[in-house]
Amino acid sequence: MLSNTLPQESQAVSRIRVSDISHRYGERLALNHLSFDVRPAEIFGLLGPNGGGKTTLFRLLSTLLPLQSGNATIAGLDLATQAREIRTLIGVTFQSPSLDGKLTVWENLKHQAHLYGISGGQLRERIAAVLQHLGLTDRKQDLAESLSGGLKRRVEIAKGLLHSPQVLLLDEPSTGLDPGARHDLWKYLKQLQREQGVTILITTHLMEEAEHCDRLGILHQGELISLGTPDELRASVGGDCLTIQAEHPETLLRQITENFGVTPQQVNHSLRLEHPRGHEFLKALIDAFPEQVTSVSLGKPTLEDVFIHETGHQFWQAEEVE
Amino acid sequence: MNQPVAVTPATPFVLPILSLAQREVVRFARQRTRVIGALIQPILFWILFGAGLRGSFKAPDWATAGMTYQEYFFPGVAVMILMFTAIFSTISIIEDRKEGFLQGVLVSPVPRSSIVLGKLLGGTILAVLQAVLFLLLGPLLKIVGLAPDFDTGVTLAGFIPLLLFLFLLGFSLTALGYLIAWPMESTQGFHAIMSVFLMPMWLLSGSFFPAGDSGWLSWIIRANPLTYGVTGLRRLLSAGPALPSAPGNPSLVVCLTVTAAVCIIYVSIAIWMTRQRATRNAR
Repeated sequence: MLSNTLPQESQAVSRIRVSDISHRYGERLALNHLSFDVRPAEIFGLLGPNGGGKTTLFRLLSTLLPLQSGNATIAGLDLATQAREIRTLIGVTFQSPSLDGKLTVWENLKHQAHLYGISGGQLRERIAAVLQHLGLTDRKQDLAESLSGGLKRRVEIAKGLLHSPQVLLLDEPSTGLDPGARHDLWKYLKQLQREQGVTILITTHLMEEAEHCDRLGILHQGELISLGTPDELRASVGGDCLTIQAEHPETLLRQITENFGVTPQQVNHSLRLEHPRGHEFLKALIDAFPEQVTSVSLGKPTLEDVFIHETGHQFWQAEEVE
Repeated sequence: MNQPVAVTPATPFVLPILSLAQREVVRFARQRTRVIGALIQPILFWILFGAGLRGSFKAPDWATAGMTYQEYFFPGVAVMILMFTAIFSTISIIEDRKEGFLQGVLVSPVPRSSIVLGKLLGGTILAVLQAVLFLLLGPLLKIVGLAPDFDTGVTLAGFIPLLLFLFLLGFSLTALGYLIAWPMESTQGFHAIMSVFLMPMWLLSGSFFPAGDSGWLSWIIRANPLTYGVTGLRRLLSAGPALPSAPGNPSLVVCLTVTAAVCIIYVSIAIWMTRQRATRNAR
């Protein structure tokens, strides 16, 4: 009896389970012993700079790439051996385009539906529904190649939703979307989560988008450096964040260390410091070094602060390093 | 929208084949230059080589009396049209991968064999349509003096077997194109293969000149699987009593068997290749 109930139980706790996955492109290690779980009906975000390994993981989970080491399950199905069963359950939206430019929006969706065995009245119904949700109804006769970047993205997302998947994988879905369309997309994703219990894995490099997720994993150079709800992650930084601009940051760094016994992080030309009582420290700092400090900002930690806290450099800088 | 729609539980097999084939045909029809290119060039070849080589052509022993070069060349041009169309429609695999359409197909639950068969069916339909167009319209060029007056042997009763054979040969050539295109990263590479492999294969298939007793060359022609396609077509097109079997001119049964066997081999390899998950399929 026990062996019968176990798989169901583990499925109830995690909709997607990634355990100890590593992936190499030749010499380059793209993913380094990655493990995490996505719970049912959760919106799970993978946040990280471009080149951090998000897309590689996404390609593995969407069954496009073969697993090299480690294993993963989606809805309790094994990614290595049950790819076809997994493919019927997942809806995939790629970061790179997957539309046929020579076909109209409607034709693109029609062929997509056929690939999932949807035809006839059901096909027309589903296409009409996704077109309406993504505000594409009046564009359905347009050739895909004639659409603007933002509209193309919306058709991509529509493709992934067509067969009402239980698990949605979205790679940077809001790239190229204007703020209005981005807002609508998130509203729709949350509606899918709430009303149909859809589990959503989303990758993003946008901090404000990450805030929408129930839980977040921060991916940096192929490693998961922190995992939790956006609030938990911010709390892990501790207290307030001070960013100090100075003409000679190196000198100031040394002086702060000597005077206060705390060592700030140097990020480019500014110094960063976390302090449990930031406003008090700020006053003391200005009193001690009125000349050296050109400006100070004090705030509650943001997700970007979490990233800097864990990696020691700024988000966009990490992208350039890759 | 609020009601989850149940996805058909059985993985669809035929629907995706037809859908992907339809896409090929629609795309082709929307690119007019492709329509013209694949049909006009072989017809020009037929007229120009027909006129140029008329004097120096020596009909093979098995030929009907008074066979002109243009009459000999007729099935060869039809095969060339099949080959060009079949092969250019498989180049689209490289474009599909570059433009990203392919990755969308690969993450769907469609059996990999459906993906291959859909692509091949689409290419074959286009190839057969153009070849038939040539076989019916080519001889009419005699009205303007650009073709000799000869009996193509195309009858109402003989049309169905002819169509079926063209379909088999077209399918085989499209599968060959698929085998070449699938591992390719760029269309430039495909053009290189086209000129060093596919054109010689066509030239040495009895399309352009008969095998005769030209020593080593005739052995290459006999070993070339396409020879059996060209000869099979020639036999289905010849009017009157069947052409005698001779070296370099195999019987219809042999032609059919070889063409079908080669087709099965190409298609099997194509499906096997498509089943492999590989980095280059991702964009």
